[in-house]
Amino acid sequence: MTRGKPWAWVVFGLAALYFLLPLIATVDFSLRIRRGTYSLDAYLNVLADPRFQQTFSYSIFIGLTTILVGIFIVLPAAYYVRLRLPQLRPLVEFVTLLPLIIPAIILVFGYIRLYSSSSWLPLLGWQVGGQYIGGPILLTFAYVALGLPYMYRAIDTGLRTIDVQTLTEAATILGANQFAILAQVILPNIVVAVLSGAFLTLAIVIGEFTIASLLNQQVFGVYMQNVGANRAFEPAALAVISFVITWGAMGMIQLLARFAPKTARKE
Amino acid sequence: MAAEFLRIDKLVKAFGTNQVVKGVDVSFNQGEFVTLLGPSGCGKTTILRMIAGFEKPTSGSITVDGHDITTLAPNKRQIGMVFQAYALFPNMNVADNVGFGLKIANVPRAQREARVEEMLKLIGLTGYGKRFPFELSGGQQQRVALARALAPSPRMLLLDEPLSALDAKIRVSLREQIREIQRELGITTVFVTHDQEEALSISDRIVVMNAGNVEQFGAPFEIYNRPQTRFVATFVGQLNTLNATVADAGRKSVQIGASTVTIPALPATARTGEAIALTMRPEAVSLSDVTGRDIQLEGRVAEVHFLGSVIRLKVDLGGNTISLDTFNDQRTPPPTHGTPVRLGIASSDVLVLGS
Repeated sequence: MTRGKPWAWVVFGLAALYFLLPLIATVDFSLRIRRGTYSLDAYLNVLADPRFQQTFSYSIFIGLTTILVGIFIVLPAAYYVRLRLPQLRPLVEFVTLLPLIIPAIILVFGYIRLYSSSSWLPLLGWQVGGQYIGGPILLTFAYVALGLPYMYRAIDTGLRTIDVQTLTEAATILGANQFAILAQVILPNIVVAVLSGAFLTLAIVIGEFTIASLLNQQVFGVYMQNVGANRAFEPAALAVISFVITWGAMGMIQLLARFAPKTARKE
Repeated sequence: MAAEFLRIDKLVKAFGTNQVVKGVDVSFNQGEFVTLLGPSGCGKTTILRMIAGFEKPTSGSITVDGHDITTLAPNKRQIGMVFQAYALFPNMNVADNVGFGLKIANVPRAQREARVEEMLKLIGLTGYGKRFPFELSGGQQQRVALARALAPSPRMLLLDEPLSALDAKIRVSLREQIREIQRELGITTVFVTHDQEEALSISDRIVVMNAGNVEQFGAPFEIYNRPQTRFVATFVGQLNTLNATVADAGRKSVQIGASTVTIPALPATARTGEAIALTMRPEAVSLSDVTGRDIQLEGRVAEVHFLGSVIRLKVDLGGNTISLDTFNDQRTPPPTHGTPVRLGIASSDVLVLGS
C-alpha cells in the first residue's frame, strides 16, 4: 500500500485536473464580462432576466411533480416486487434501465406520434381554461421515465435495508391495510433513500433539453440553450448555476443520510 | 379450562409438491397456553402463519371461537403476534409502536395514550415511551413487541420463537414474564419453539410435531413421562436405550445381560426370544441400590459431566451405554473415569417404544 501511495496521488491529481480545469475555466470566464476586472455582472444579468425566473420556476414545478408521480409509481411497484414477486426483480431492473439505453429523442418522438393532435389519443391538444395541459403532463411522464433508473434503484436500496416482509406482517396483523403499511411503516423507514432518488431526478430535470424542446415546453434547459446561442458570458454563469444546483442536490442526499431511522440492534 | 376456542381441522399446506403440513387436527381451549414444538422444518411455523393468515392453507379449516377464519384477511383476524426478529417499526418510538394497532383502529388519542401507559406498565417499561427501538436491548425490544401485540386486546396471541434471538438468562426471565402476563390476561396463546425445555416449562399443553404431522398432543408431564412415539421420547428430553431379549412374553419378563426382570410396559405383541429396546430417562437411573429399583446393573464410568447442581454420568455396561443424572453433593466428589459402579432402575420407569 505504502509503495503504491505516490501513484495513487498522481492518478487522483490527474483525475481532479480533468474534472476541475474546465469548471475553473468556466467560473473564470463567467466572471470576465467586464474587460480587465472580475465581476458578477453575468450572474446578475441572468438572475434579473424574467425568462430565467419563469423557466427556472417552471422546471422546479415540473421536477417536483415528476418526483411525486415517480414515488407514487415506483414505491408500490418496488415494494410489491420485493415482497411478493422477488423472482421478477431482474426483469423490473432491466425495464427500469431502458431509459439509459434508449435515447430521449426516441422517447419524445414516440410521445409525439402517440399523443399529437392527429393521433387517436390527442393528449398534446388538451386544454383546460385555454391552457394547454397536455404538454406539461407528457413532459412530467417523460421525466418520470428518465428518472426511473435512479428512483427505482434508490428505493430498492432503501427497501433492502429493512426487513420488508416482517414489518409488513407486523403491521398487517395489527390491522393495517396496504396503504397504511406503505405510508406509515415502509415510506418513513426509507425516506432518505426516496429523497436520494428525488434529488437525482431533480438534477436531471433541471438540465434536460431534448424532450422539453421537442414538446415545446419553456423549461430551464431550453432557456440555457437559447441564452447560449445569443450571449457570451451568461451561458457560462448559467452552467455554473446549474452545477451548483446539481451539487446542492447531491449534498442534500449526503446530509439526509445522517437522519435515516436507525435499525434496531439484536442480541 | 373453558370450552374449545381454536380449532384446526384437517389442515394441509403444500408448497408445490412439498407437503409441509399433513392433515393436522388439533383444538385449543380458551385461555390455554399451547406450544407447537418440533425440529426445524416440521411445519410448526407454517401452522402459526396459517392461523395468522400469512399463509393460505391448501385444504382444511381454522376456526376461532366458532367463526371460520380460514380465508379471512390477516388484518381482520384480531390476532396479536410477536415475531422472532421483534419487527418493531424503526421510525417510531416505543409509545408509537405500542399504540400502532390502536391508531389503525381509530382509537381516540387520549384513550390510546392511556392504553399505551397500561401496556408499558404491564411489561415493566414505564418511562420508556419516548425511546426508539435502537436504544433498547433485545429483551426490552421483545417486551415492547409483546405490548404492541396485546395493546389492541386481540382474541388470541401468537408467539413465533420470540426468545430464540436472546441470550440464555434473558430468555428464561422473559419466558416467565410472558407466561405471567398470559395468565393475568387469560389470553389464548400459541407459542412456537424448537426448544423442548422452553416448551415444557411454560405450556399448559404441547403439540409435538414431526415432518408435518402431530406426534403427540398433551400436558408437559404426559409428553415427558409417557411419550407415545420414539420421536417424542427422543426429541423431548434425554433417553437411554438398553438392548434386551424377551425371556417370557406372557410373564412380561426380559433378560438384560445376566439378569431377568419384569417390565410392566412390555407390549402384548412382544414374542418370547425377540430382541427389544428398553428406554428410560436419565433421572430414572440411580447410582446405588435404592429401594424400589428392581433392575440392578453393573458397569464402569465412561464420562463425567459436571453441570453444577447436577452431574451427568455415562456408564459403560459392556455393549450398552447409559446416561444418568445425580445431584451434586458438596461433601462427596463425583466418581472418576473408570470407577466400577452399580446402577438401579425401577422396572416401572422403563418404556418400550414402537417406531
